Amino acid sequence: MTAALSYRLVIRTLPWLTIGLLSLPVLSGLAGALAPAFGWLPALGGEQLSLAPWRELARVPGLGEMLRLSLVSGLGSALISLAVVVLFLGSFLQSPVYRRLQGWLAPLLAVPHAAAAIGLAFLLAPSGWVMRIVSPWLTGLDYPPDFAFPGDDWGLALILGLVIKEVPFLLLMSLAALVQCRADERMMVARSLGYPPLTAFLKTVMPGLYPLLRLPVYAVIAFATSNVEVAMILGPTTPSTLAVAVVGWLHDPDLTTRFMASAGALLQLLVTLVALLGWWLVERLVVRLSRGWWQDGHRHCGERSLSLLARWAMRLVLGLMLLALAGLALWSVAGYWPFPQSLPWPPTLGNWQDAADGLLSPVTQSLAVALGATLLSLVLVLGSLEAETLRRRPLRPGAQLILYLPLLVPSVAFLFGLVMLQAQLGQQPGMLAVILGHAVFVLPYLFLSLAESYRRLDPRWAQQARSLGAGPWRVFMGVRLPMLLAPILTAAAVGFAVSIGQYLPTLLLGAGRVETVTTEAVSLASGGDRRLTAIHALLQLALPALGFVVALLLPRLLFRRRRGLLLSH
Amino acid sequence: MRHTRGLLLAAMLAVPGIGQAFELSEWSTVTEAASGQTVYWSAWGGDSRVNGYIDWVAEQVEVRHDIELVHVKVGDIAETVGRILAEKSAGNTQEGTTDLLWINGENFAAMKERELLYGPWAEQLPNFSLTAPEQNPEVREDFTLPVEGYEAPWGRAQITFYYDSARVSEPPRSMPALLEWARENPGRFTYPKPPSFFGTSFLKQALLGLVKTPEVLYEPVDNADFEAVTAPLWRYLDQLHPHLWREGEDFPAGGPKMRQLMGDGSLSLAFTFTPSAPAAGVLDHQLPPSTRSYFLDDGTLGNVHFVAIPFNAQHKAGALVVANFLMSPAAQAHKQDLSVWGDASVLEMSRLSAEQREAFETDSRAAESLPPQAAGALLREPHPSWIEPLESAWRQRYGSQ
Amino acid sequence: MATLHLDNVQIHQGLQSLLSLDTAIAPGEIVTVMGPSGVGKSTLLAYIAGFLSPAFQASGQVRLDDTRLDTLPAEQRHLGLLFQDPLLFPHLDVEGNLAFGMRRGGERRERIRAALASVGLEAFARRDPATLSGGQKARVALLRVLLSAPRAILLDEPFSRLDAALRDEIRQWVFERVRDHHLPTLMVTHDEADARAVGGRILTLTKPDGSGNLYGREYGAPGS
Repeated sequence: MTAALSYRLVIRTLPWLTIGLLSLPVLSGLAGALAPAFGWLPALGGEQLSLAPWRELARVPGLGEMLRLSLVSGLGSALISLAVVVLFLGSFLQSPVYRRLQGWLAPLLAVPHAAAAIGLAFLLAPSGWVMRIVSPWLTGLDYPPDFAFPGDDWGLALILGLVIKEVPFLLLMSLAALVQCRADERMMVARSLGYPPLTAFLKTVMPGLYPLLRLPVYAVIAFATSNVEVAMILGPTTPSTLAVAVVGWLHDPDLTTRFMASAGALLQLLVTLVALLGWWLVERLVVRLSRGWWQDGHRHCGERSLSLLARWAMRLVLGLMLLALAGLALWSVAGYWPFPQSLPWPPTLGNWQDAADGLLSPVTQSLAVALGATLLSLVLVLGSLEAETLRRRPLRPGAQLILYLPLLVPSVAFLFGLVMLQAQLGQQPGMLAVILGHAVFVLPYLFLSLAESYRRLDPRWAQQARSLGAGPWRVFMGVRLPMLLAPILTAAAVGFAVSIGQYLPTLLLGAGRVETVTTEAVSLASGGDRRLTAIHALLQLALPALGFVVALLLPRLLFRRRRGLLLSH
Repeated sequence: MRHTRGLLLAAMLAVPGIGQAFELSEWSTVTEAASGQTVYWSAWGGDSRVNGYIDWVAEQVEVRHDIELVHVKVGDIAETVGRILAEKSAGNTQEGTTDLLWINGENFAAMKERELLYGPWAEQLPNFSLTAPEQNPEVREDFTLPVEGYEAPWGRAQITFYYDSARVSEPPRSMPALLEWARENPGRFTYPKPPSFFGTSFLKQALLGLVKTPEVLYEPVDNADFEAVTAPLWRYLDQLHPHLWREGEDFPAGGPKMRQLMGDGSLSLAFTFTPSAPAAGVLDHQLPPSTRSYFLDDGTLGNVHFVAIPFNAQHKAGALVVANFLMSPAAQAHKQDLSVWGDASVLEMSRLSAEQREAFETDSRAAESLPPQAAGALLREPHPSWIEPLESAWRQRYGSQ
Repeated sequence: MATLHLDNVQIHQGLQSLLSLDTAIAPGEIVTVMGPSGVGKSTLLAYIAGFLSPAFQASGQVRLDDTRLDTLPAEQRHLGLLFQDPLLFPHLDVEGNLAFGMRRGGERRERIRAALASVGLEAFARRDPATLSGGQKARVALLRVLLSAPRAILLDEPFSRLDAALRDEIRQWVFERVRDHHLPTLMVTHDEADARAVGGRILTLTKPDGSGNLYGREYGAPGS
């Protein structure tokens, strides 16, 4: 087989493998939940189809409240995040503030959801850092007050926790989209016509930007309506969100609850679909109503106050995140730290020393899983992007949707079915299954992070190389890969971070045999020792951070004498 | 003859995997078969002390029996039960992923009923006789259900109340007194949300303290008028809830979360299932040094916890050896050490040699936080069939406020 | 050295015909294709070099003497391509860039040194291309093409990005080299000064007539 033929074969196969990896687990997982939801699970004596699980589900007290909570926290946090991002971009797109923020985005995105939520809870709880700092001199309190936050009935803490993670995600997604829709040119034209920045942005950039942000926004809504970790740590408990309740039912000692749990998992899928549909309808309406506004010639829309709001909202988001992380660091060195003491005194390294023995195994297993999943995803993503250069056109909309499938379908809905499938196929749970499961979630993020750089690489580089006699493999290995090393490593670091943060797939597909810093952190969070929880949450943070440091330094080291390469990214 | 049967059995057992062959009645065949096996032990991983103890057990069985013990940490053992169930439904009867699990009560009842357990085996373990089951019948009974050798005891627990003596001078010593105390100290007590283990245990404790005829609770729930029997409990809770933490509209997720609230100073009275846990919490900087603990005057709920082996465990011999080691005087003494875990022993001291007994001497640190030795009658667990109706009745009344 | 034949080349986009061309370029001859931007000059080069986008369809043949090129993959055509940007690979040093196009074996390093010495850049072998001046980059880019032993040269607006002061000098230098190597050369440009400097045949692609077609028209051929 000639080199060119092998190249074509491999490169044409990889996109199909990618599609398979993304869609098969999701679809078969849903199918696996479908049968028990209608009463079919022979191991539990369910041998005929019935609607009983759904009737049982309908009788769950507070079901309506659960649905409301899932919908409100999901849609609310998505709306707030999008508003903060849009107002911020509109006000500061062409200012140094924006450029400074860009460098922070990837590391902020790398903070695992569980770690951020644990940190936020430490910060805002009645006995949290904020109350300690203002007590007793301001509040007169010697004991923590008895207010319900986090865990308030409205889900405000939950919404806040989701927002501080979603804002960096949407910002990062806009980076590429802004270039793609030529935001700078649109802004320049509008501003030269006398529109101030925010109005110019809303009237000229948004109509081009939003279609490119639509799928990321949908992914945010899907995640926010169905996530488990954040809602477990910050959400209310009486009742909880539907997703948390479903996980609870899956683990109910009464095994027959699993029928209802499967119905609940499908209901979760329905809730997410309803949220997406509702958003889509509002989206249509807004577009229709804005058409006139785009061209009505008004040049001001509360520019000053909205810019101010955007600036403070962004500061609040970033500030909360940083303070939450600082709180984690303090708890990790705290001895007995009673309220209202502001700082743990004297600090101690004892917690770290006590924990050290137990950390080696989760850290190495996290690394093994994350490296495996990232490498697998990287090969598939590079193959798919390379296939685009072969076909010379980007992804079809259908393929784009498949890419988002694991982000749009609630993972509680398909993971249970997947475990059933895993057992039926006789596949041993463990490292391999976990790596594959993680890759399902890592791949989309890796693809989204890398695609723009890959597509933007001037095709003349490849043409130059081929006209110099280089075959397609050599062009790929000798030109594209080294030239794109920096963005490839950054994308890999994003994928690595996504893998480190996974909880549910690790637990379910690994049958608990694979213990990562995240499964340890979440299982310890149920044990309530703040010091140990903080240590694991910090490790959850440190591993992705390490990934980003490598991604940043390695190209600088390898190409320290190649200025052209470093400047171009 | 006996020898031939052993050989035959060995040959039969040898089919699925070499090294599995053993006969329970000849312990040496078990230890031989166990050597070199990897045992997956599914156990709650929510407490670093328990995890530390299990790590120690792993080191010990590695050295003593050449067994690699892997602690599969779970948030709730029901996760493992679900997996074994899925394996059974998939026809996996030989190569189960779990070899040993830490279990009791409701989960044991469910697994036994669905024939998900291997056994009987527990009473054939060499160390079982050290528990002196004739004197301590509780090691043969799990939530009133006869164990029948399907699980081996390895520790015991009893509801123990604890409070911050810097803020509370006279803690309540009965259920009615608790209500009075909560009225006077609003927001300073709560209990975990059922169906968490601690939450359901509190419901049972309250029920035992409030019903006139507790005997009915030891029969299956179908034999009783559930509404009538539990009416005093709901009346009690209706009165208690407005005075709880967050006015009873929100409950902590579990016992450890309740301990955290104690550490923060949000609560000044709480309870645990491990009598030594408050003292251990002081040593771990999780609870104020002024923490004190006690039992209720009429006694508190207690039970024994067990390890069981799934019907499809791949490494049964290894699991048997680990279970036997867990009941050994060395393992039990180490477990009872306050600086390790502090979980009470299931062994009958009179069956041990003087030397073995010495190992059980208690740690003197944080001794003032331990409950008084003499106190507290042990109340037996009600029949497990009460649990589900209690939990769903609670959920119906308070689950969605 | 062989002659580059463009036999009845026609390029279409859908039903629309873009351009048609039928000519032969002798060894050492430099033929210039002229026309304003947007008439498809670069499409023509892309077709000859083997990079025609699937949006276009082409008919006709590209040959080097009797060897047909248009059926071969780009890397087997051995056509030296020079773009308006030098496109020196930023991850390789100057030597690495030159070596990239050369066959394995032989005295590669010696030939690279000699080639650099011939343009006064012998001290630049290990340099980062980003640190070179515009003129130096242009020279290295042409050396890279020549060292890859091409059988013909394609120039795509090769001087348009250079400073006016440098342009003449580089232009003369490039043409000399190409003629020295006796390579048939096709240059695409919109700059009449380029065409004048060559002094060879000029093919002009013009804006479409009423039918919407673009076509190549051959002017006087003083060089042939």
